[in-house]
Amino acid sequence: MSFTTLSRRGFGLLTAALLATSALTAPALAETPPGVLVVGQIAEPQSLDPHAVTAVNDFRILMNVYDGLVRYRPGTLEVEPALATAWEISEDGTVYTFTLREGVTFHDGSAFDAEAVVFNFDRMLKDDHPYHDTGPFPLSFFFSAVKSVEAVDAKTVTFTLNEPYAPFLSNLAYPTGLIVSPAAVQAHGKEFGRHPSGTGPFKFAEWRANEAVVVEKNPGYWDGEAALQAVIYRPITDANTRVAEMLAGGIDLMVEVPPTALSQFRGDAFKVAEQAGPHLWFLILNAKDGPFADKRVRQAANYAINKEALVNDVLEGTAAVAAGPTPPAFAWAYNEALSPYPYDPEKARALLAEAGAEGAELTFYVTEGGSGMLDPVAMGTAIQADLAAVGLTVKIETYEWNTFLGKVNPGLEGKADMAEMAWMTNDPDTLPFLALRTDAWPDKGGFNSGYYSNPKVDELLEAARVSTDQSERARLYKEMQEIVHDDAPWVFVANWKQNAVTSAAVQGFALEPSFFLLLKNVSKD
Amino acid sequence: MGGYILKRLISAVPVLLGITVIVFAIMALIPGDPATAILGSYATPENVARLNRELGLDRPLVSQYFIWLGNLVQGDFGRSFALNRPVLDEVLERFSATLVLAGAAFVLCALLGIAAGVVSAARQYGAADKAITVAVILGISVPSFFLGMMMILVFAVRLRWLPVSGMYEIYGGGDLRDLLRHLAMPALALSVVATGVIARLTRAAMLEVLRQDFIRTARAKGVGEGRVIWGHALRAAMVSVIPVLGIQAGFVLSGAVYIEIVFQWPGIGRMLVDAILKRDILLVQGGVVFVAACYVFFNILVDVAQSVLDPRIRT
Repeated sequence: MSFTTLSRRGFGLLTAALLATSALTAPALAETPPGVLVVGQIAEPQSLDPHAVTAVNDFRILMNVYDGLVRYRPGTLEVEPALATAWEISEDGTVYTFTLREGVTFHDGSAFDAEAVVFNFDRMLKDDHPYHDTGPFPLSFFFSAVKSVEAVDAKTVTFTLNEPYAPFLSNLAYPTGLIVSPAAVQAHGKEFGRHPSGTGPFKFAEWRANEAVVVEKNPGYWDGEAALQAVIYRPITDANTRVAEMLAGGIDLMVEVPPTALSQFRGDAFKVAEQAGPHLWFLILNAKDGPFADKRVRQAANYAINKEALVNDVLEGTAAVAAGPTPPAFAWAYNEALSPYPYDPEKARALLAEAGAEGAELTFYVTEGGSGMLDPVAMGTAIQADLAAVGLTVKIETYEWNTFLGKVNPGLEGKADMAEMAWMTNDPDTLPFLALRTDAWPDKGGFNSGYYSNPKVDELLEAARVSTDQSERARLYKEMQEIVHDDAPWVFVANWKQNAVTSAAVQGFALEPSFFLLLKNVSKD
Repeated sequence: MGGYILKRLISAVPVLLGITVIVFAIMALIPGDPATAILGSYATPENVARLNRELGLDRPLVSQYFIWLGNLVQGDFGRSFALNRPVLDEVLERFSATLVLAGAAFVLCALLGIAAGVVSAARQYGAADKAITVAVILGISVPSFFLGMMMILVFAVRLRWLPVSGMYEIYGGGDLRDLLRHLAMPALALSVVATGVIARLTRAAMLEVLRQDFIRTARAKGVGEGRVIWGHALRAAMVSVIPVLGIQAGFVLSGAVYIEIVFQWPGIGRMLVDAILKRDILLVQGGVVFVAACYVFFNILVDVAQSVLDPRIRT
């Protein structure tokens, strides 16, 4: 292998091999004192104002500094009480009344009450609110169904919605629903994101730009004190450097370990955690023009692509094969009866022949990177080879992530036949509602870039959104998954398993299906 | 003299204006916009339009440019979308970190390069010359980011002598010794290529000088070999080495980007790369304009200094 032809992947493998060699000879020893956990983050946070950010990287800090009215029960994506102790939903599903927890104070000493809740949502949602200019609030549309928020008394707050909207509670459990201190917003204005104050198990201590964010234990936290004294979040953007820091003991916990580097942490000095999450990696197929307008050709693509090989060889086991449009992490809404399209090139060829699409030429949009996209170039190349094996000629066009979104989101018509895509959501409603309905075609403001349309699916999704009965919603989602599985508007490829590595000194750490990083019960010897 | 300085300063204005137009146009023309970058999966046309309005990006480009320029003239570089803080704060912090790194690398490459070149020339075709030549060719050929990674593996992961990355210890530290420990590897990795180039050129220049008559005269007069080489010959050779140092200084500054990524050095190169990927328009524009302004004023400074030394330039 000459230097000039050493590919990025080859280089990564070489580095990983060298790292592995050195891991054997050097024992890990943490340099930071017990009780102080150093977390390797993938980037500098944008802000510590939960309403102003969109990145999972920032959520990993925020979820430890703030609480929401509700939260996900550990290990699930189902909501349980947090700052609200109980709630009632009106018969028609439009009025939510929350009873708030008593005796909770923000880190700055101000009291948490109904007025504080009203302030939080008004700031985000009302253009004329005096502190609306402390935004922008890019994900405020999570609460676009909210018509008004009112304090009934100090401990009771009501949310009135425009129409029934089932994902409302799980959106409240999302970081956009975390509750900030109104007094701190008033004191710091636009700088609130750098002087955050919440009610969470850790309180903000210090932010050294591009170096570290430090949070300390919040004594007297309402849900039991954290075991750690402090957590230091370090931004380390380069994955190889992050691995080296972990091996050298510079950090105690790292997330998003590159698949090729995982093997070197399988020893006594480290612990590896894995958790499947609400993530789906798929191919959007252009169902409007070109060969994929025929359902048989779309199914053929699902049969032709070897998904086992993708998750085991390309992704080194860091993902599971996806069966349909809903990730299994949404346990209550997931249709267990579905099984992934098997790898069956013969069947694919037969379907292609039946549809008269043998030897079709396809344009395939591939991205170089991007949130949740895993290893898009290697995966795209493997998919190209699988489709070539059943006689389809695939031409790959590769774009940088933002450019890629600019090409894909307006729709594939007239440009491409297929495109890579990945979504990570907090409610089973989000992805199909935004990307599979007829009313979600790009010209109507949705993400259905492949123009899939099935009136029955539309009907099921609309009904599931307005039902507040979880078992009813589950039934509707399960039926939707069966239809979509058969219609194959996408090639269902993979559900990502998030991973993390901790040093042996770290105890009590577990990853959540929400992909949040919760550190309250973690300790370090 | 004052008139000359004023004339040079005035001539810098159109250059800087041109830079603002170019960087603004490039950021406007590249595909993808900040709202899409911020919203990611949730970038519906409706959400993008709403966010663009809040960010002030829905106005016509020409008026956006003049608003930005008007603020810039008053020293207001705006706020970064992606970092949610004033652009100027970020740029100043990151630029000074880059100066520390590039400055240290420059000092290293100048000292090591000249010393290696001189030794090489003094022992032409000797063992030291051959060893240095091999080392220099190797240094020039190995990509600096690869060398940086290998250094991390050996000195940080395996031997645990030095920290892997960053500028200061995350817990405690913060003094000069701490800075130097963090600076050692990135500065060395960054300086290697330039050291090689400087060593090669110093060697050539020294060989040229050592053949000249005044060296033979000095030796004939009985001046010690050490003084002949390091005193007489090096001084004469520096005339052709100094311009190379200038070029290598620029090279080290621009090469810092890769090293900043490998070693997580909080410099401006890494900042610009991140900002471009996030379409953080104001941060990119502010960063580029700031760096460009520094170059322009550095050039003026050099011109003025030269005019002090050589009055003919002023006319």
